[in-house]
Amino acid sequence: MEEITTVLPGPQLPEETGKPFAGSLPKPTPESAHFWEGCKRGELLLQRCGDTGKAYFPPRPFSPYTGTRHVEMFQASGRATLYSYVIHHRAVPGFEPPYAIAVVELEEGPRMMTNILNCPQTPEDLVLDMELEVTFQKMDNEITLPYFRPLKKEGN
Amino acid sequence: MAYQPGSVAVVGAAETTRLGEIRDMSQIMLHADAALNAMQDAGLQPKDIDGIACVGQMMPQQIAHYLGITPKWVDGTTVGGCSFLLHMRHAAAAIAAGYAQTILITHGESGKSRINATPRPPEPESLSGQFEMPYGPFGPATLFPIPVLRYMKTTGTTHEHLAQVAVVQREWAAKNPRAMFKDPITVEDVLNSRLVAYPFHLLQCCLVTDGGGAIIMTSAERAKDFPAKPVYLLGSGESVETTLISQMEDFNSSRAFRVAGSAAFEMAGIKHSDVDHLMIYDAFAHLPLFGLEDLGFCKRGEAKDFIWEGHTRPEGKLPLNTNGGGLSYTHTGMYGMFALQESIRQVRGNAPAQVPGVSLSVTHGVGGMFSSSGTIIFSNQRP
Repeated sequence: MEEITTVLPGPQLPEETGKPFAGSLPKPTPESAHFWEGCKRGELLLQRCGDTGKAYFPPRPFSPYTGTRHVEMFQASGRATLYSYVIHHRAVPGFEPPYAIAVVELEEGPRMMTNILNCPQTPEDLVLDMELEVTFQKMDNEITLPYFRPLKKEGN
Repeated sequence: MAYQPGSVAVVGAAETTRLGEIRDMSQIMLHADAALNAMQDAGLQPKDIDGIACVGQMMPQQIAHYLGITPKWVDGTTVGGCSFLLHMRHAAAAIAAGYAQTILITHGESGKSRINATPRPPEPESLSGQFEMPYGPFGPATLFPIPVLRYMKTTGTTHEHLAQVAVVQREWAAKNPRAMFKDPITVEDVLNSRLVAYPFHLLQCCLVTDGGGAIIMTSAERAKDFPAKPVYLLGSGESVETTLISQMEDFNSSRAFRVAGSAAFEMAGIKHSDVDHLMIYDAFAHLPLFGLEDLGFCKRGEAKDFIWEGHTRPEGKLPLNTNGGGLSYTHTGMYGMFALQESIRQVRGNAPAQVPGVSLSVTHGVGGMFSSSGTIIFSNQRP
């Protein structure tokens, strides 16, 4: 008997499909290795400028604000809001359409691209400025990706 | 020494003989076809060219060799679809500095047929490979419109406003025999066309074609001796921001647009009310809105009303994208060359949809998902 599975729109995650991710995966560099190691531990790591205290992303060992090499790594809260997105309607390897390609604004200020999990991929459900939280998905032994999902409010 | 507005001029300009689907030419031949047409326009041969600019890794060498040119000035600036605007700006400075006398800028792209087209491999170690590609973007249609929903929320722009951009450009295309799409469309047609990447439908996304174009520049003094009336370069600007659209400073405005546009207007010493004709690179329907606002023709959030009220359509006070634009005329992948060609035609007075009395035209270009920008200001009068 062939197992019947329901394919939900969005990234086709190995944990759900039991198959390797067919999409593009990052290859860490010396400047980003700490970020990807953090993701494996379930930590979203940002860096902060030693001169201004402002957080930045993507990772680099100096501040894009002042050029100082004096920077500090810290764990972000994982809280974010939905800043903007498109909903792609064509099939792409590793993704079931329609799926949203989103940009979220982290509580600490920087923005990052992501997908929104645990949420219907429709304009009605993806409301700008909605509250989100980070969630990590193991893609293979080397790479765990940060995604975001609607914030589960306590008491609701 | 500052660039003297009008000290350099366009003396040759042409597109490839055909546009659209060109199965019998590879990408390098599209460059050459456009270059030969531009040299014919200027009455020149390859031996008369001493400077060359084009897009791509190792491409200036290939084009120089293929055409039989021995350049003493070379520019391979490759920043996406507005690269040719930057080439023009750099060429003007080079001519003013005496590095070269007669510069040829070429574009050819087998965007549709993909015969020897430039591969665009995803590099998983690049910034976009690490921080964007894993989330499923697939080409410009999935990336360029990412700021649109935020811009709509900030400015009150509606889906109908964004559809109207395509409707107006089709009105211009109807007047242009070389335009790919000429049949009239309505706001409803646009919103009923297939969703590509919400909020954008098929008719809000650019075409994919084969084609090319070429431009020849020289000093204003020498320009008087050429067959066509010179088109003087009054001002120019350029900038880049980021290849990661997720990292744009502001989703309601392009920093690169603002830097390039204000530099060009300042250099030319002109006011917005002096502009007779405008081209804004329209890979997607939101770009004319961003362009009108970032160049200062409209206040923030008012571009939607400016287009809706008909100011950019035929007979309007600011004719915009009069060839039909990337949405209806042609788009090889790097449309900036075609926007420049239309400004040059309008200033020369020989455009298919000629606007009466154009003396001053602005071309504003974008490259690689808001990652780069260039602005060129043309006039048929030397100040």
